[in-house]
Amino acid sequence: MEILRVEGVNKSFGGLKALNNVNFKVNEGTVHAIIGPNGAGKSTFLNCMIGRLAPDTGTVMFGDISLTGMKPHEINQVGVSRVFQTPEIFGELTLLENIMIPALAKRDGDFALHAFARVDQDAEIRDKAMHMLEDVGLAEKRDIIASSLSRGDKRRLELAMCLSQDPKLLLLDEPTAGMSRADTNNTIDLLKRIGDRGITKVVIEHDMHVVFSLAEKVTVLAQGTIIAEGKPEDIKGDPRVQEAYLGGAHL
Amino acid sequence: MLGLDKKDTSLFLLVLLLVVLAPFLLNPFPENSELAQFNAGYPDLMQRFLIFGIFAIGFNILFGLTGYLSFGHAAFLGVGSYAGVWMMKLLTMNVLPAIIISVIFAGLFSLLVGYISLRRSGIYFSILTLAFAQMSFSLAYSVLTPITNGETGLQLALDDPRILGVSQVDGSIPLAHFFGVNMRDSFELSLGGWLFTFNAGYYLCAVVMMIAFYIAVRIFRSPFGMMLRAVKSNQQRMNFTGLNSRPYTLAAFVISGMYAGLAGGLMVAMDPLAGAERMQWTASGEVVLMTILGGAGTLIGPVLGAGFIKYCENIFSKINDNILYEWFSALPEAVSDILVFVIHPFIGKGWHLTLGIMFMLIVIFLPGGIMEGFQRIGKLFSRKKKKEADASGATPAPAE
Repeated sequence: MEILRVEGVNKSFGGLKALNNVNFKVNEGTVHAIIGPNGAGKSTFLNCMIGRLAPDTGTVMFGDISLTGMKPHEINQVGVSRVFQTPEIFGELTLLENIMIPALAKRDGDFALHAFARVDQDAEIRDKAMHMLEDVGLAEKRDIIASSLSRGDKRRLELAMCLSQDPKLLLLDEPTAGMSRADTNNTIDLLKRIGDRGITKVVIEHDMHVVFSLAEKVTVLAQGTIIAEGKPEDIKGDPRVQEAYLGGAHL
Repeated sequence: MLGLDKKDTSLFLLVLLLVVLAPFLLNPFPENSELAQFNAGYPDLMQRFLIFGIFAIGFNILFGLTGYLSFGHAAFLGVGSYAGVWMMKLLTMNVLPAIIISVIFAGLFSLLVGYISLRRSGIYFSILTLAFAQMSFSLAYSVLTPITNGETGLQLALDDPRILGVSQVDGSIPLAHFFGVNMRDSFELSLGGWLFTFNAGYYLCAVVMMIAFYIAVRIFRSPFGMMLRAVKSNQQRMNFTGLNSRPYTLAAFVISGMYAGLAGGLMVAMDPLAGAERMQWTASGEVVLMTILGGAGTLIGPVLGAGFIKYCENIFSKINDNILYEWFSALPEAVSDILVFVIHPFIGKGWHLTLGIMFMLIVIFLPGGIMEGFQRIGKLFSRKKKKEADASGATPAPAE
């Protein structure tokens, strides 16, 4: 079953054609990786999917909902969450608050004027947030300010924020960029664990180690065009991919 | 208590105590002493402390929580004032309808201004609100004269209809009252050299301010308040988390506008007139100063900031050279001349200089305002205590 279907998406910035007639499908419950050299259009593609950028032409279908033209918060409300390349968290708020906010957004919708309720007495949301923090191993730090976390912890926090919404589709933009090998492996383990919940994932990644340990299907993007698609093993051996991605070197 | 946790309850009770006892606390010096100059316990000033405290509490809900810096909040105070005076002209001299209508009108006006201004953020938002406020100010002076009475300001008159009240009492304008309690009524208590004044208007302001403060505390602790802090922290993440930030900011804007209207209504209740200068940009800037000075984003900081500025305005501006000479009368004339010469720029009309310097010092050394100062002092003490405890724990206790 397809959960995401992208058809004929084009996007130009001035004279630069960032995406050229991209067609893309993701099956429900799978992990789909998008790889490609720098400037291939990966992030642009992701931005077009979640309403940060509007594609010039083409459609993005999530199930039977068209995401084109929807606002970011509306796209999130139908079940698409995103982890950014540089962690986007609420820096001045505590870790617990950071997770309670998305959990509240999931429960109460995009706006709720609960001006006389009390945050600390909302047991349902609090428990959910605590549970989520335990899942990513940040439970002891729940009362510290998020901006004081290390980079790796910030990423884990952001992931927990997205997961607290039980999304149907999770988009990850280079979830291990700038991480040490040990942290990368931790993140891979974490992502594998959450795979059990049946969340479909689209991962943009540079690190082949991550791609091959997670993805069931890989799409290769170069200069705004899809040049190859298939199982990781097939992609590894594809000469076009090696040409575009590594300048001809063998993986 | 009242749905507040322990910490907030004690804070609330502390504020309540300070407000109730203010007539004593603000009059520490005997009536005839030279320091009586520094007494602030007279009704007019105490009312102003509370009214501007309400104004600042409301402003803090917008600026302290969402980080949206409005430079036009005085417009809402002005609109509230005009609405209040009209209520007293047309309906009754009871202040309650006047205060209620002030809040409603200010809320409606802030809905309009907020709806347009909140399309932009940062400096553009500030400029838009400033433009609206200056526009209101100019209009009140010119084309809206039939409503605002232009430069003279809107006042009560002997021929006002006052449908539910009387137009005049014994040939003069009736006084503002709250169900019969005259706002100007005061009870004076003379104790030794001290004179304490308990004014009905002041205690009405006190009740209203405590309600306003209570609502603010609840908002700060609510999911809504948390969302407002999320707006300040990372609006992008908020949108990608499925939250629509616009209605949140608009709600905060309207709530703070209603607080401003409430302050305007109370001003009218204490003294039934309204002038356009209440809407001028300097008045908008003043509430920004109050909030930052006290500590933006803290619960009682803005109230302290409001008190601080109003105290400077009313006390320092009243000191003149003659008073200084009196203070220094014991010193040789040449010395007192020099001292007066040095202090002169900081007093009387120069009180702005005093305030400006204090503001700069606080912002540079205590970016979190007066509240940060308190916190640092508190930390200093707790650290000392801890050290003492450590020290006493480390030295072996003498055997008994």
